[in-house]
Amino acid sequence: MKKNGFKAWLYLLPALIFLAVFMVYPLVDVLIYSMEEGYNSTSQASYGVGLYNFSYVLRDPFFLQALKNTFLMVIITVPISTGLSLLIPLALSSIKPLQNLFQTIYFLPYVTNTLAVGLVFMILFRKTPYSDGMVNRLIMFFGGRSVDFIEGPYWAKMFVFCFYIIWVVMPFKILILTSALASVNPMYYKAAKVDGTPKWRVFTKITLPMISPMIFYLVITGFIGAFKAYSDSVALFGVDLNAQGMNTLVGYVYDMLYGARGGYPSYASAAALILFAIVFTITCVNLIISRKKVVY
Amino acid sequence: MKVVLKHLTKRFPNRNKKIKTEVVAVSDFDFEIPDGKLIGLLGPSGCGKSTALNMICGLETPTEGRVFFGDEDVTDYPPERRGVGMVFQNYALYPHMTVRQNIIFPLTNLKGADKLTKEQMNERAERVARIVQIEELMERKPGQMSGGQQQRVAIARALVKTPRVLLLDEPLSNLDARLRLQTREEIRKIQKDTGVTTIFVTHDQEEAMSISDLIVVMEKGVMQQIGAPQEVYSDPVNLFVAKFLGTPAINVFKGNVAGEQLYIGGEPVLEVKGARDGDVFVGIRPEGFIPDRNGPFKSKLTGIEVMGRDITVVSEHPEAENPVVRSIISAESRIDTSSETVSFRLRPYKVFLFDAETKERIRFEYAVDADPQEDGGAAEE
Repeated sequence: MKKNGFKAWLYLLPALIFLAVFMVYPLVDVLIYSMEEGYNSTSQASYGVGLYNFSYVLRDPFFLQALKNTFLMVIITVPISTGLSLLIPLALSSIKPLQNLFQTIYFLPYVTNTLAVGLVFMILFRKTPYSDGMVNRLIMFFGGRSVDFIEGPYWAKMFVFCFYIIWVVMPFKILILTSALASVNPMYYKAAKVDGTPKWRVFTKITLPMISPMIFYLVITGFIGAFKAYSDSVALFGVDLNAQGMNTLVGYVYDMLYGARGGYPSYASAAALILFAIVFTITCVNLIISRKKVVY
Repeated sequence: MKVVLKHLTKRFPNRNKKIKTEVVAVSDFDFEIPDGKLIGLLGPSGCGKSTALNMICGLETPTEGRVFFGDEDVTDYPPERRGVGMVFQNYALYPHMTVRQNIIFPLTNLKGADKLTKEQMNERAERVARIVQIEELMERKPGQMSGGQQQRVAIARALVKTPRVLLLDEPLSNLDARLRLQTREEIRKIQKDTGVTTIFVTHDQEEAMSISDLIVVMEKGVMQQIGAPQEVYSDPVNLFVAKFLGTPAINVFKGNVAGEQLYIGGEPVLEVKGARDGDVFVGIRPEGFIPDRNGPFKSKLTGIEVMGRDITVVSEHPEAENPVVRSIISAESRIDTSSETVSFRLRPYKVFLFDAETKERIRFEYAVDADPQEDGGAAEE
């Protein structure tokens, strides 16, 4: 038995080495960085050990702005994108002709480059001295006043940001939920039909519980993914996100490391750990809820 | 509630769209199912029996014909207005609900005047649970139960609305052999207790024969014969029905009739009064053979299987459709196993003649006392 145990560890060794080098070590390192006060990357020295980095980050207005942006975006986009991704396959399943074509179209954004989509959004929403952008023209056509969505008021920027993220994350969710819906055995619907179950009840009492594991999977990964958003913001608002007031948590970490005002690995590490704590907490909450709600 | 089918027909468009002809799943069903009986719809897979059941249930609309429950034409009613309960082949129990929730589910859909309170629903669920003996399983989920228990829950769910007609689609096919025997008795008992007209679909003739009051044998969408199991077994209308019923299967030989005498392989084996001359298929039930050293029917002995209660004689005959001929004789009979051939006399009422072309039954007369009680065992049939 003992010998077997040794062998097992031996087999595991290659994987363990990789995990240790590329996961455990960086994690520990980040933790160390975040505790070292006044760390200087040139001299590779610090003044001392403590929680000052955290308190600095938590008082940094840029961090608080990024925190607010990220939270707002997550709270808006995750439910909306998941909800819409559920409605679209449902609607699609009731259309018979060209169903496959529509499914392909809905999946197209997934294979499109984020930055390219960002460019398209810029064209749609940006207001320049020469053009108002398509969306503004529409607004003006219906008698509204044009808004600069890219460099204008905060709510307008937030709107574009959320719109964009919903647009980007939906294809994958649609794909997952389409297959989840298709995997529900039709005999349940037959059984429901024999009892004359109204459509809405079939959906809420049978379909939803049946695909609930998939929905919760999407919610959890959706939360994690949204908290890690960064490139989306860059695609829309450019690289100087702090000036735009549209930075995200990951963007803040990046700026602290390599940005124009960067070069502070300690602050970056502290911010990264705060982000980790937030994501971890929310994932735990999600899992606890799903234990209660996901029924089988 | 009696169920009357009038010229019920279902045609499907061909799955291959290039082929314009339609597939006839059920063709001109025209018979009556009496009130309070257990009816087995029997046929090989793909013969349209499930389609017929779905039309009675209301899940499929017939292409032609009408369905009556009693005197009421229910053809255009959705299932819930017909008052049917259905048990699906895989039970279709909702996996995320407990047994209680599953059974109550049909009741929660009731609207208007039929609406029940929670207590009434619970009470009715408990009542059907008692009928199918699953009271102690009410809080379990389907995944935590055996196939037989799930089956009973499915029946309970079908019964909870006190349907006028209970429909079962291959109710036993997902159970193991032992459970199947037990469950079919239970279905029989539940049907007797509730008195609900029950129609079940099966491809297993033994299953259908053992519990049905009436069996309907069908092939390729066409009803072949309807009758009490014993009646259909002992008096099949055509070769298909004769072959489909009975284990071991009927032995079929090529033969011909000449001058009211039946010949198999040129040997006269039986006197068939009233049968016209011509080529025929001869079906002989395994219990239709009586060992007789001087008997006219001879075949090459290949083996003997002693089952205790009776003996199966396995032999070969050149004119047999299936080269192995099985004959069941009583355990007291003496068979000379050293001999190459075995000789039998035939019981005329176990011998059926079918037209070689149409496969329809050709009847002949025989004297009733043509079966001397030489062997005790088979006489109990």
